[in-house]
Amino acid sequence: MTVPGASDPSGAPPEAMPVRGPALTRRLLAQPRAVLGLALLTGLFLLAFAGPHLARWDWQQTDFTALREPPSAEHWFGTTASGRDVFALTVRGLQKSLLIGLSVAVLSTGLAALVGMVAGYAGGWADRVLMGVTDLLLVLPAFLVLAVLGPTLGSAWPLLVPALAAFMWMVTARMVRQATISLKEREFVLAARCMGVSPARVLVRHLLPNLGSLLIIDGTLHVGAAVIAESGLSYFGFGVRPPDSSLGTVIAEGAAAATTFPWLFGFAAALLVLLVLAVNLVGDGLRDALDPTGGGGVR
Amino acid sequence: MTVLRVADLRVTFRDATVPAVRGMDLAVDRGEVHAVVGESGCGKTTTALALLGLLPPGTEVAGSVRLHGKELVGRSDAELARVRGRDIAMVFADPSSALTPVRTVGDQIAETIRIHQGASRAAARARAVRLLDLVGIPDPARRARAYPHELSGGMRQRVMIAMAVANDPAVIVADEPTAALDGTVRAQVLQVLRAAGEATGAAIVLITHDLGVAAEIADRVTVMYAGRPVESGPVEEVYARPRMPYTIGLLQAVPRLDGRPPFGPAVPGPRRPVLVPIDGVPPQRPGPGCSFSPRCPISGPRCAEEEPGPRPVPGADGHTVACLQDVADPAAVYPPPDPGPEPAVDRVERPVVLEVSGLVRHHVRRGAGPLRRRRDTVRAVDGVDFTVRRGETLALVGESGCGKTTTLLEILRLRAPQAGRITVLGHDTAALDRATRRALRRDVQAVFQDPLASLDPLMRVAEIVAEPLLAHGHRRRDVGGPVRELLAMVGLPAELAWRHPGALSGGQRQRVAIARALALRPRLLLLDEPVSALDVSVQAGICNLLTRLQDRLGLTCLLVTHDLAVARHVADRIAVMYLGRIVELGDVRGVCRDPAHPYTRALLSAVPVPDPARARRRPRAVLPGDPPDPAAPPPGCRFRPRCPRYRTLEAGRARRCEEEEPRSTEVAPGRYAACHYPETTSP
Repeated sequence: MTVPGASDPSGAPPEAMPVRGPALTRRLLAQPRAVLGLALLTGLFLLAFAGPHLARWDWQQTDFTALREPPSAEHWFGTTASGRDVFALTVRGLQKSLLIGLSVAVLSTGLAALVGMVAGYAGGWADRVLMGVTDLLLVLPAFLVLAVLGPTLGSAWPLLVPALAAFMWMVTARMVRQATISLKEREFVLAARCMGVSPARVLVRHLLPNLGSLLIIDGTLHVGAAVIAESGLSYFGFGVRPPDSSLGTVIAEGAAAATTFPWLFGFAAALLVLLVLAVNLVGDGLRDALDPTGGGGVR
Repeated sequence: MTVLRVADLRVTFRDATVPAVRGMDLAVDRGEVHAVVGESGCGKTTTALALLGLLPPGTEVAGSVRLHGKELVGRSDAELARVRGRDIAMVFADPSSALTPVRTVGDQIAETIRIHQGASRAAARARAVRLLDLVGIPDPARRARAYPHELSGGMRQRVMIAMAVANDPAVIVADEPTAALDGTVRAQVLQVLRAAGEATGAAIVLITHDLGVAAEIADRVTVMYAGRPVESGPVEEVYARPRMPYTIGLLQAVPRLDGRPPFGPAVPGPRRPVLVPIDGVPPQRPGPGCSFSPRCPISGPRCAEEEPGPRPVPGADGHTVACLQDVADPAAVYPPPDPGPEPAVDRVERPVVLEVSGLVRHHVRRGAGPLRRRRDTVRAVDGVDFTVRRGETLALVGESGCGKTTTLLEILRLRAPQAGRITVLGHDTAALDRATRRALRRDVQAVFQDPLASLDPLMRVAEIVAEPLLAHGHRRRDVGGPVRELLAMVGLPAELAWRHPGALSGGQRQRVAIARALALRPRLLLLDEPVSALDVSVQAGICNLLTRLQDRLGLTCLLVTHDLAVARHVADRIAVMYLGRIVELGDVRGVCRDPAHPYTRALLSAVPVPDPARARRRPRAVLPGDPPDPAAPPPGCRFRPRCPRYRTLEAGRARRCEEEEPRSTEVAPGRYAACHYPETTSP
């Protein structure tokens, strides 16, 4: 077999193997909605991490001269009943919610993909054990378990990420397993196995990309769900606790007085909607970029 | 008397920029079978649907379709509904999806009679039974009460034909009526279709891609290309003296059992006959000139500018051709292919690569209940023996369900079979450890039937071809060169390396699959119906590629196919399977010339011959009935219930067939047949 030289004059195909990476980025960036989603996401991160430095008030300060004030030049998003600056609280909350939402989504979808693919591909004994665990977790009232475990886990909010992820992957895992079983029957998987491609490689090279759209859609849904679930847990005093804030806590606290003091939760809610929207746009773009047979592919 | 006259029919689908049919002309006489042939994507089926007004809403249909002089184009769906079924009826390709599963077939036939003739329920039912009898369904009164799933594919297609002739239509449009059927059943159904047309006086428009099927029953033939008729005439005339290079190409691309080219002298002495493929694919958007000119070997400068219309061929009545060139000798149009060298070493001296003995594979079918009780056992493969020696190709042929693909998959698994032994390159697959099995995978590669299913849609051609290399320890940066060599070896241009399989044509995809299979330089290549998903013009190219690779690389192949003519062209030896057993095995030329087993004889006579004169002259051995359920093979000889020879035997000799299962015996040197009374091989 000839080893290709670096300077082949023939021009046509380049020497090294094509990589999915660069082409994928290019296809992703070729789609307006993906670009819009990425821009939105970047904007949210900027707001979350640069915001605190721009605001006149720190999230821990209280302004006793302004209680339940509507938005003004002094307090951009208004103030709370105890005189805290809503903008400062919201961007502080956004930091955590971005991190929690995205990492929970990635972690839970990843776990779902792993469990579902292994169960579906291996079948038999491994399948029964993994699906048994999945069903067990499905019937456990996740919320109650987390609320009970909460105090013993301590107050560090990053612990929320694995805790939330641990209860969000089961339904997806079942879907992935089903999809894997039907993909496994396809001839290209049979072909790869007969070529002597190792099972791990079949999973990564053939099954994972073909499950891509399912995982992406589910992952984007998990972002919003994780942010909301986190706020529910905060209510039970687990995770992000007052006086610290997350988007969820700001929304939960403000929702009670939503009609009379809309600024208390409106901004936080709008940011949450923007976050989910941005993730959805990027997810859709990624799905189309991964699928060369669809509209966004190269031809 | 012309019943149906189509003139300048043009069909444009919604959202399409180019018309699918661009000026179709067709005239069909009463009682005539008119075949419309061409590659897929030529507008055949669109034409058929346009005749019945069954195209999706929003489709633009222009031109004229006259039935008994009455114009059909432009009529409303309600008006056409009265015509459909009564004056013009359709037989679809897939009878299993064209019948309603929840009603009995008798009811469904009676329904069309009641709708169009207003007959009483009892009269319609009685007529339905008579129609089932007409299409040769045994015990029609009982079968009329059967649901479609209780009937075999061939029976269902007979029911479709019965339904089509129920109202004595003037025209029956049959769209690939035998595409979903097995060889021996196809022959029966074609005869029934022809007979049904003759009995009712209906004209039949037969849409088919198979030139053999057209030759078998058609009176006239129209060849379509890129939405236009390019040649039309009486079937004997067109097949014997084609004038259009496209028709000539199609005829030369068809694999033939006798291995002789359709025109001109046979190429002397090649090991295997070589087919002539047509390069390229039908155009997506035809240019200004002749739409065939980009693929045409004799295209001139005028051809690229001017689209020819049909003109009569001088001296031949009713033969028209749309070609600007004058073709005098059809054999001279395409350059003759290069026949491969004869194998030098005698078969017996070569080492055995694959040995299968007593191979068994039974599937247990379970009931649907909660206990999933064992219902019965399908004996898919039930004791199969053969050997393949280095450098030779063995074809496993048989009808669907005979166990040929199961045999191939059992070998491909490289594991211990349920019973029997598989020895690959000297290794017994039952005794393989993990490392040896993995190493052996390098040497055994496979090509599957449908390249679209066997190639990962998300990977690029280069990635697909490189995958086996990467899986066996080659480094990513080293595989570029080998990948390019492989693509060149299978005749693919290098720039396709960056495409996804979805952007390739069927033939190109199968070439990619072959390149992938060859990447590791396997010592045994398993081919599972490698050409049956492809058009005949493309099929010829892949067949030639396979024979060329066999010669060049000394490949050893096991070919699984239902098509004896393909086996004749690609294989050296042939094993005919029936119900999980091999019934005949021997050298491919000999078996095709003098079959010893009555089943082989019947299979051979069921292969459509793309030569109308010979197709009608040759003796037919059409098999009655369908292959029996492999879960309950009959006692004694498994072929007995359908065997034509068994029925001619006197009682004393016939008993042997009923009681004793025939063993494979050598009936001539190198030829084995499992029959108590094999045909004595004529010298």
